[in-house]
Amino acid sequence: MRYVDEYRDERIARALVADIARRVTRPWVLMEICGGQTHTLMRYGVDELLPREVELVHGPGCPVCVTPLEIIDKAVAIASRPEVTFVSYGDMLRVPGSGSDLFRVKAGGGDVRVAYSPMEAVRLARAHPDRQVVFFGIGFETTAPANAMAVWQARREGLANFSMLASHVLVPPALELLLRSPRNRVQGFIGPGHVCTVMGYRQYEDLSRTFHVPIVVGGFEPVDLLEAIAMLVAQLEEGRAEAENQYVRSVSYEGNLPAQRILEEVFEVCDRKWRGVGLVPRSGLRLRPAFAAHDAETRFGVETTSADEPAECRSAEVLQGLVRPTDCPAFGGRCTPENPLGAPMVSAEGACAAYYRYRRHAAGP
Amino acid sequence: MCLAVPGRILETEERGGARVARVQFGGIVREAHLDFVPEAAVGDYVMVHVGFAISMVDREEAERTYRLLEAMGLLAGEGLDGPGADVAPE
Ligand code: SF4
Repeated sequence: MRYVDEYRDERIARALVADIARRVTRPWVLMEICGGQTHTLMRYGVDELLPREVELVHGPGCPVCVTPLEIIDKAVAIASRPEVTFVSYGDMLRVPGSGSDLFRVKAGGGDVRVAYSPMEAVRLARAHPDRQVVFFGIGFETTAPANAMAVWQARREGLANFSMLASHVLVPPALELLLRSPRNRVQGFIGPGHVCTVMGYRQYEDLSRTFHVPIVVGGFEPVDLLEAIAMLVAQLEEGRAEAENQYVRSVSYEGNLPAQRILEEVFEVCDRKWRGVGLVPRSGLRLRPAFAAHDAETRFGVETTSADEPAECRSAEVLQGLVRPTDCPAFGGRCTPENPLGAPMVSAEGACAAYYRYRRHAAGP
Repeated sequence: MCLAVPGRILETEERGGARVARVQFGGIVREAHLDFVPEAAVGDYVMVHVGFAISMVDREEAERTYRLLEAMGLLAGEGLDGPGADVAPE
C-alpha cells in the first residue's frame, strides 16, 4: 500500500540501524509516547535491532489504557439501561470496570454496538428516534475532533436522542507530569505523530525548551520510528535538545486548523484522572455548556464514584515507563488478553498486550 | 487508537452540508469525511482516522527518507527484501 509499504522496507530499516549504531557512544533512554508506536516497535521487533546502548521505554499514550475506572463504570451503568443503544470503539468493550465491562453488558442482552467512526452513532440516532443513542467519546487529540464533529452535527440536526459520554485526554500535560517526576529516566521522546497531525508541535517545542529534552515527532511505520530514534540519538550525542519533526508527510508546525477549531468550539479543558497515573491537571476535554443537552453524564445522572484498581496490577508504573510489562508478577499468568486484570492488557496498543502478543512472554531484556 | 491510515481519494460527494469521500486503502474502500481537509480532491492521499481525513499526505516529503539514505550510499549493495507485511489493523 502506498505510503505504508515503503516505510516497511528492510533495506532502509537496516541502513537506519547502521546509522544509529555509528552515532551512539553511550547509553540513552528513549520513550515513545504513543501506544500505536509501541505496537509497531513490538510487532516488527524494532527494539531488538537497536544497539544495546539505546533503551526504549513505553509511554502512557494508549487512550483505552488511561480511561479511568470510574468512566468505565459509568459507561456500564448507562449501557445497561433498556432505552439505550450504547456505541463504542471496539477496544473499550473488554476494559474491566470495577464490577463489569461493556462486553458483559452486551452478552447479557444490552444494546452495545461497536463503531469505526462516531458518525455511525449519529446515523443510528437519526434512524432510531425512539432510542437513546450514547457514544463513548474517548481518545487523544487525534480522535477528539471527529468526536466533536459528531456532537456538533447532532446539535445542528436537533437529534435530541444523541448524547456522548466524553472522556478525552491531552498528551502534553501527561508528558509534563512524567518530566517533573523525580523518578523520570527518559532522556528523549518520540512525539505522537497523529496527535501532532491535529495539534501541530508548538506545544512540544515548549516542553522541549522548558525541560531541556529532545522531542522528535515520529510516524508509525518501522522506518519512521528508526529515523526518529536516529534523530534523537544525534541530538543527545551532540548535546542538543530541540523539537524536531520526522513525520513531515503528515505533521505541520501549526497542525490541522479546521480540526482545532471544532475542538475549541465543542470541548473545554478540564482536570482528568488517568487510569494508573492519577489526576493530571488540565489534561482532559469535556463538553462545553453549549452542548450540555448532548452530555450523557447529565442526561442519565450517573453517580461519580471512586473506584480502586486491582492491587496486583502495576499499570501505573508500566504507563509511566518505570517498569516493563514482564516485570509484573501477573503478566501472562493471571493477566492475559483473554482475562485482563488491567487496561494495558486489553488494547492492542497497551504495552502489556503488545509484549504478550509479540513473543515477549519470557523475561524482558 | 490513534492510528491513521493513508488512502487515496476515489471520489467525493456533498452530503447534508458535508463533503464525504470514498477512499481506497490497499484493497479496501471506506468513507471518510473531509471537513478537516477542505482542499482535498480526487487523487490526493489523505490520512484517515475514525472516518475523518486529518491530513493530506505530502508526497514530496514521503520520498525524503528514501532519497536521503540513497544519497548517503546506505542503500547500495543490499539485497532487497520486499515489504511483506500486511496493512495494520485499525
Ligand atoms: S500485566 Fe496485567 S496486571 Fe500486570 S501491569 Fe499489565 S495489565 Fe496490569
